[in-house]
Amino acid sequence: MSTISDPPSGSFQLSMLINDTRYRSYTFQFIALILLILAFAYLGYNLLANLQAAGLNISYKFLGEPAGYDINQTLIDYTSQSSHWRASLVGVLNTLLVAFLGCIMATVIGVVVGVLRLSNNWLVRQLMSIYVEIFRNVPVLIWILIIMAVFIAVLPQPRDFRGEDATASMVFGAFAFTGRGFYSPAPVFGPGSGVVVAVFLASIAGIFAFRNYAKKALYDRGQLIPTLWPSLAIFFIPAILAFFVMGRPITLDLPSLQGFNFQGGIFMRNSLIALWFALSIYTAAFIAENVRAGILAVSKGQTEAAASLGLRPGRIMNLVVLPQALRVIIPPLISQYLNLTKNSSLAIAVGYMDLTGTLGGITLNQTGRAIEAIFLLMLFYLAISLAISAIMNVYNNAVKLKER
Amino acid sequence: MSDTHAQTVAFVRDTMLPEQPPPASEAGVIKWMRENLFKGWFNSILTLLSIFFIYKIVSGAYPWFANGIWNTSSLAECREMLDGMTGACFSVLTERWNQLLFGFTYPTEAYWRPTLAVVLLLVAIAPVLYPKAPRKLMLFTAIYPFLAFWLIWGGTLLTPLMVLVGLIAGYFAFKKFERQSFAMGMLAGLVATVVVIWAGGVIPAAMPDVLALQAIPSRDLGGFMLNMILGTVCVSLSLPLGIMLALGRQSSMPIIKWMCVVFIEFIRGVPLITLLFVANVVLAYFFPPGSNIDLVLRVIIMITMFSSAYIAEVIRGGLAALPRGQYEAGDSLGLDYAQSMRFIILPQALKISIPGIVNVAVGLFKDTTLVSVISMFDLVGMIRGPILASTEWNGVYWELWGFAVFVFFIVCFSISKYSQWLERQLATDHR
Repeated sequence: MSTISDPPSGSFQLSMLINDTRYRSYTFQFIALILLILAFAYLGYNLLANLQAAGLNISYKFLGEPAGYDINQTLIDYTSQSSHWRASLVGVLNTLLVAFLGCIMATVIGVVVGVLRLSNNWLVRQLMSIYVEIFRNVPVLIWILIIMAVFIAVLPQPRDFRGEDATASMVFGAFAFTGRGFYSPAPVFGPGSGVVVAVFLASIAGIFAFRNYAKKALYDRGQLIPTLWPSLAIFFIPAILAFFVMGRPITLDLPSLQGFNFQGGIFMRNSLIALWFALSIYTAAFIAENVRAGILAVSKGQTEAAASLGLRPGRIMNLVVLPQALRVIIPPLISQYLNLTKNSSLAIAVGYMDLTGTLGGITLNQTGRAIEAIFLLMLFYLAISLAISAIMNVYNNAVKLKER
Repeated sequence: MSDTHAQTVAFVRDTMLPEQPPPASEAGVIKWMRENLFKGWFNSILTLLSIFFIYKIVSGAYPWFANGIWNTSSLAECREMLDGMTGACFSVLTERWNQLLFGFTYPTEAYWRPTLAVVLLLVAIAPVLYPKAPRKLMLFTAIYPFLAFWLIWGGTLLTPLMVLVGLIAGYFAFKKFERQSFAMGMLAGLVATVVVIWAGGVIPAAMPDVLALQAIPSRDLGGFMLNMILGTVCVSLSLPLGIMLALGRQSSMPIIKWMCVVFIEFIRGVPLITLLFVANVVLAYFFPPGSNIDLVLRVIIMITMFSSAYIAEVIRGGLAALPRGQYEAGDSLGLDYAQSMRFIILPQALKISIPGIVNVAVGLFKDTTLVSVISMFDLVGMIRGPILASTEWNGVYWELWGFAVFVFFIVCFSISKYSQWLERQLATDHR
């Protein structure tokens, strides 16, 4: 009869810290921790010594002081008397604005290009792969500057719209594309317009309710109710009816040439548009590849199986291919959104006042608070990317293949 | 039997009919066009639209290229020669090519040095990129970084030579102590390297003129050369760092794991431009008082940190993709951690991660243009700054940006084509 003997429980020896696998990992971690602490102490000591030598300190009081500079594109009220904090807030909103616009446009272009790259039209396929290769392989900063150069060198200045022999004219009398930026009509909400907006929102809710009803009818009773045309009708008719019943409360404020510049309407500055377009077409090239890979990842057998069940091509796409492709597409898509948001910090190259331009640019230069400003700047981007990865994790868990 | 058939003559065909050519619409070019360009009305519209689009581009760009002027010295002169015609002023490229490639302060008589460095770079990376290249070239690859440093920055050859000697001493120390344990070997190697470099530092200081090239301070580097330097240096430095971070993140020791996780997630969460701001204005605060580390070095430090975090994530993907059996096989052979990583895990994991690493490298190379934002004069910085702001060439946009697009496209496109080729070469599994 054999027994398993305990390992010899001799007294603890110092050499066991290195040679015994039970203790070795503690030794290594302890050394690593000590080294880390020493490194931080060294850096911190240098920092304090340098700050003292320069007569500086770490303080966030500058955020409360008046900023003293103007920002040419703001979403909230801001004057040069507002605080640096307010300027940073303007910057945050501008970053979020361009990131939001860019994500939408990049998705639209990317999906279209990705699908067209799989088209059976040879010419279109080639054109789309040229698009993808060219935009993927050239730095986004160059694209931003090129689009900015279009504004500077190609588009007409507002003064070209003046006079009898104007060299430029407005599109449909409502849109003006100038070197300073784009002018478009702005909606003016008069009295009673609240009803129209409410009806419009209600009709959108109505569309969802109708689609749910149609789905339920299909699953419960096998009754197929067409959804496309009724949805369009619900989308347009009530809102238009309400618009006329209330006596056309919403009017358009058209931009018009006054003096040397356009007045009225919505003005989008050239830097915003250059940044927006450049980020969109650059990111779209990556998204197109993700979409293509996602569609290719759904095996042909799935399509054939669906077809053999008698589904029509549109339904095969909607019910079989897309749900499986989206599982592959969405995670890289979200990380592309994250890249786009981070790349929007290149705004500083064209003078768009995002957070990098306000807090990391003018505020930093005016107050000289480099460490504090850059720390806050990093914290903001870090918060955004952690939030987006949290969303991604939730999504990944939701669509994970439930294996039994 | 009815009479109908009584009159008919029996007929049996005894020869084959001659082969008919397929109908014209089912053969050759016409068939191809019908299937690939005009299948259905939607495809036909797409094709026509594409042809129109291509026609517009070609008809717009052709005269611009064909009338291009290559030999004037200013935009005004070029416009005069064009005389109202559409045409490009490529003369900005012929006149300023040196600034675009080398920056505007790099001494003219030293242009051969970075050029030679690039040519030698091609030789040095050949054995890394092509598994079939002669193995002896690896020796040159090992020497190359020191040679390139000497060529680009100048000074005496003894400085990089001493570092090389230090590393060789470190290597032998590592070999000697590796028998005891890998960590011991690394420690010994590190100590030997530092001691030799520190002790040998007196030699170049005593003989600054031996084999010396004209010393060029790094603030004089610029143009596309700067992009190339930052790209190559940072990618090669971040590879070993990335491997260590990836291993650290997979480690079972919680403190080390969390150090790596925090580092990687922090770096990946912030844009490169904020890190460059750090290099520009903050990093100097963390060096010992009085030390003056130049901007290029600070930028190299930050970009290396940036790319090593991304490379670590790619390699972590490769490590995670290996089946558990590989790790267990290493353990069951009695290999310790360092051995099983070096001989079993990493060779396979790195092979899987090559496409990802190349993607990171291409992305990083593109991102080196961001240094123009912190007023360094790389290719983009040169175009935006000294050239577009000069009185001669104020307003030449398309030729310059076209050149930048062309150069970056050539480099990045060939790297990604290479990675696809390598992926096919390394695909040893049979499917």
